[in-house]
Amino acid sequence: MDRNNVLIDIKRVSKSFPGVLALDQVDFRLRRGEVHGLMGENGAGKSTLIKVLTGLYQRDDGEILFEGEPFSLSSPQEAAVHGLSTLYQEINLIPALSVAENIYIGREPMRLGRIDWKQINGDARQAIRRLDLDIDVTQPVSSYSVAIQQLVAITRSLEISAKVLILDEPTSSLDLAEVAQLFKVIRKLKEDGIGILFVTHFIDQVYEITDRITVLRNGAFIGEYETNKLPRIELIAHMLGKDPETFSLEQTAEKTKQEKAKAGQTLLEVKQLERKGSMTAFDLAINKGEVLGLAGLLGSGRTETARLLFGIDRSTGGSIRLEGEETVISSPRKAISHLFAFCPENRKEEGIIEDLTVRENIILALQARQGIFRPLSGRRQSEIAEKYIELLDIKTPSDSQAVKNLSGGNQQKVIIARWLATEPRFLILDEPTRGIDVGAKAEIQKLILGLSEDGLAILFISSELEEVIACCDRIAVLRDRKILSELSGEAKEEATIMQVIASKDVNP
Amino acid sequence: MNQVQWLRSENFQRMLWPLMALVGILLFNLFFTPGFFHIEIKDGRFFGSLVDIANRAAPVMLLAIGMTLVFATGGVDLSVGAVMAISGAIAATVIRPDYVKGVLEYGEVQSLFLVLSIPLFFSLLAGLWNGLLVAVIGIQPIIATLILMVAGRGIAQLITQGQIVVFIHEPFQYIGSGFLFGLPFPIILVLLTFTVTYLLTRRTGLGLFIEAIGANSVASRFMGIRERLITLSVYIFSGFCAGLAGLIVCADIKAADANNAGLFLELDAIAAVIIGGTMWGGRFTIFGSIVGTLIIQSLTTTILTRGVAPEVTLVFKAFVIILVALIQSEKFRRLFSGRMARKKVPAS
Amino acid sequence: MKLRLNQKNIPLLATIAVFLLIYLAGSVLYSNFFSLRVFVNLFIDNAFVGVIAIGMTFVIISGGIDLSVGSVVAFIGVLAAKMMHDFGVHPLLAFSICLGLGAMFGMIMGSLIHFFELPPFLVTLVGMFLARGLAFLVSLNAIPIKHPAVNAIIDFGIPLGFRAWLPATAMIFIAVTLVGIYLQHFTRFGRNTYAIGSSEQSAILMGLPVGRTKILVYTFNGLLSALAGVVYSLYTSSGYPLACVGLELDVIAAVVIGGTLLSGGSGYVAGTLIGVLILGLIQTFITFQGTLSSWWTKIVIGVLLFIFILLQRYLSKAGAGK
Repeated sequence: MDRNNVLIDIKRVSKSFPGVLALDQVDFRLRRGEVHGLMGENGAGKSTLIKVLTGLYQRDDGEILFEGEPFSLSSPQEAAVHGLSTLYQEINLIPALSVAENIYIGREPMRLGRIDWKQINGDARQAIRRLDLDIDVTQPVSSYSVAIQQLVAITRSLEISAKVLILDEPTSSLDLAEVAQLFKVIRKLKEDGIGILFVTHFIDQVYEITDRITVLRNGAFIGEYETNKLPRIELIAHMLGKDPETFSLEQTAEKTKQEKAKAGQTLLEVKQLERKGSMTAFDLAINKGEVLGLAGLLGSGRTETARLLFGIDRSTGGSIRLEGEETVISSPRKAISHLFAFCPENRKEEGIIEDLTVRENIILALQARQGIFRPLSGRRQSEIAEKYIELLDIKTPSDSQAVKNLSGGNQQKVIIARWLATEPRFLILDEPTRGIDVGAKAEIQKLILGLSEDGLAILFISSELEEVIACCDRIAVLRDRKILSELSGEAKEEATIMQVIASKDVNP
Repeated sequence: MNQVQWLRSENFQRMLWPLMALVGILLFNLFFTPGFFHIEIKDGRFFGSLVDIANRAAPVMLLAIGMTLVFATGGVDLSVGAVMAISGAIAATVIRPDYVKGVLEYGEVQSLFLVLSIPLFFSLLAGLWNGLLVAVIGIQPIIATLILMVAGRGIAQLITQGQIVVFIHEPFQYIGSGFLFGLPFPIILVLLTFTVTYLLTRRTGLGLFIEAIGANSVASRFMGIRERLITLSVYIFSGFCAGLAGLIVCADIKAADANNAGLFLELDAIAAVIIGGTMWGGRFTIFGSIVGTLIIQSLTTTILTRGVAPEVTLVFKAFVIILVALIQSEKFRRLFSGRMARKKVPAS
Repeated sequence: MKLRLNQKNIPLLATIAVFLLIYLAGSVLYSNFFSLRVFVNLFIDNAFVGVIAIGMTFVIISGGIDLSVGSVVAFIGVLAAKMMHDFGVHPLLAFSICLGLGAMFGMIMGSLIHFFELPPFLVTLVGMFLARGLAFLVSLNAIPIKHPAVNAIIDFGIPLGFRAWLPATAMIFIAVTLVGIYLQHFTRFGRNTYAIGSSEQSAILMGLPVGRTKILVYTFNGLLSALAGVVYSLYTSSGYPLACVGLELDVIAAVVIGGTLLSGGSGYVAGTLIGVLILGLIQTFITFQGTLSSWWTKIVIGVLLFIFILLQRYLSKAGAGK
């Protein structure tokens, strides 16, 4: 390949933290005008590599060349000077300031010792139009959708004259149409000769947009591949370092499903439940021992449904019958008293309590239900914690380890353990496998199936259709805060779900 | 748990530094302050510098006990000093209702029950007010309690009409200067409050709930912890502790001084809590806060015995707090030793 | 879109409405209330509050808080008086030293907050007690300020007619307000304070000089606190170590009533100016009323602050719901 085409050349870079070797002699090469996917499971070292590249971390060893010159950054500010821009999953803009100001803040054009607002707004209008956007640049950024904010952030990067654009999970909170819009822009930038490093969990997207893929695993460099010559199954095998056959979940799941008894009494029956402005009235029924899936795009009302059922948001109409009896669920406490349990989507903010130990995190919900004055003894706490650490195979040195030191997948298991300890009869799982590696994912999926066999009713929410299809008995499909239809048996197919979501007429 | 484990445990580590600091100050006095450890027994009562330090620290200890719980929920109560002033002002007014109108006669002698219960009731109310602002309306604790910190002193001045209300009321004075089991009564009150608070938090689920709320209030609510109610109660309790401290001070000096009662004591309480090792939002230790208070008081006494004006000790305390806060700051520790940095597996 | 913009300005509109309402009520109830002199007096009597409130606006917009301001005023006041009275230092030199000290004090607090990630309330609370302790260290009693140069400054002023007169202290207040507006809207420093207050994480990742801005914000506020100390000592012709206890609440109240969000990222210096004038009006009102004691001011300010915080809460909730 043409040496002049190489923008960034990372050679045998290593980085270690106390107790961990996060990067072990990793190579990476980004060329002009290419979209380069960086793939790997959690703990593979993707984030560390990006942070070393952008100056957030200092490398211990190795070499980085930028356009052939040795290159070393001591802060992210410097990265911008060299034309290296990073966009993270969370939009990094200033919500309270206007679109125009967000594009130029830090480099505002000055005139006579004062910021030239006229020029800022004019320039911003032009820059935005270059990405085929038509928005009012004087409005605060917070008044626009996540996708538009993402594009504003890209505009900002381009205005700093980016040569390299690093996109770290940019599509996680975008819906399909928004992803398409983003990809359109990425393709345009590619034509302009910008090198784009693209990190994502979505295999489909990698194949849609990238030219090359570099795979990392456990901090080590596995290989660089041309996307169109790398079959999917091989990519996954590289990422996992396994033979692809061993983790075929769908087969195991399918088998379990067939053996499972169909019959089960109705546990929960929801009639015309609604919350004005957040969820259109819907009916839903869940049987004991059944896994009901909610499928739909982000923002389709999946989480809203879960929050309504768990009493986090108050409903403005409709009724809930629990085993035939009319029940009002007005708060999480109320829900818990009916033996409901809820693993929220946002693990860090709404799930785990980072500073407390694994044991405390596991027993807290049970203790909360028992109330203040019936404390669990230290021994009982340990018993419960140990039981679930073993049952769910939570990897932790001891139960007195602070939860924040565990990996994402294990934290998720701690939250599930917390709820299992309360012996619930209805478990709501909102994206329980998001952001955790494929191995742990499969374990959690198997766990779900096992629990439902024991008679637990489960509401399962996931963005990944295969997962929903594999785990659920029935699937409710949502769009625009509305339940459109319910699929079961043969109808549970990706194609069908997509059709329902894409359908124009609402056929209940 | 065996002994080695206990030495490594989080609880012990948290207590290690404060205890060592206290021992250090005491050792200093052992060598440089003659008679510091001398304790005399007169009429079955203990006298000496150590008893004196504990006695003087009593009001702040009470404040610190309440402040510890507030701190653990991720809040702070700046109003404790003002609540002390209100409590004292009300007590004095109950004893001499017409003093502010210029009537020097006492009228009928008020029962001790009224003298104690009315101020404490209003202290609880002050705590409730703070708690409502923080837990129900959702105002940042600093601002919410700042309102009462300043307006509260105005209220205390309103009650005493800006005067210093002096009084004589034997049973009430016992609260501030009496002796029980040979010890000054304020110390007994502190021991009692400490024991009750300890049992209430550590022998029930409450302590863990408070820590959970402080560390992550949303998650706590989602698992059914009554996060608002507990936060509210914690502020009410802090108000109660402040009221009690106000009564001790008022009974001790036999006067209510709305301008100066409890002035700047919120700093001492916050300092004690921080020095004692309680985290802002998370783990707490009441015993640590008591040790923290003793550190501050013995420091103050040590300075005062060297002939420095009492007001100036503020400077000294400010330095101690900022030093302790710095030591607890991870960034600061990393600056001085790479070893101390937490072994945290970085997310990648 | 229009609606949202309006909503952002509701606190400011409410502030103006409250100001006019109190002014109207005073003018109707008391003769002489509606006069140029009373209006100018608002600027004179609240010059020191106003000067700090401008600095505090920056601090609060940046997402911080500074509780040390009242103590700094007392410390600077008593220090300046001590230098002039006991050591015969020329007032201009004394004041310059004081301003430098104030800025340094703020810079140290800002550095502690930035470099060691200590909570602003804790650092500035310590600052509050430190400055108060230092004030006591300088002198336990009030020190009078008598110096021909000081008298010259005090006597300097512009006659406005109608028996009104604009003295140096009020001019300082107005000048600081103008500088504040300029800094806030037309310099990068000003815009960066909004960025930090709205989302510090983003500001860091966007490559904005977060640390420098933060330290500057506290330095600026320290400088203005010291300037307020100078103004206050000119206003009272003395330095007193127990002066301005609780002033921080007045200042925070003025800023909040002026429409600045306590959570940071939003607010205007011009709003703060009106907030300060409202506090002044309340005091004037109480003075005109005649029978109310001084502690009522504290209570009324507490109540007003409470109401405005409630208004902010309600608006931000309504804004999030839409």
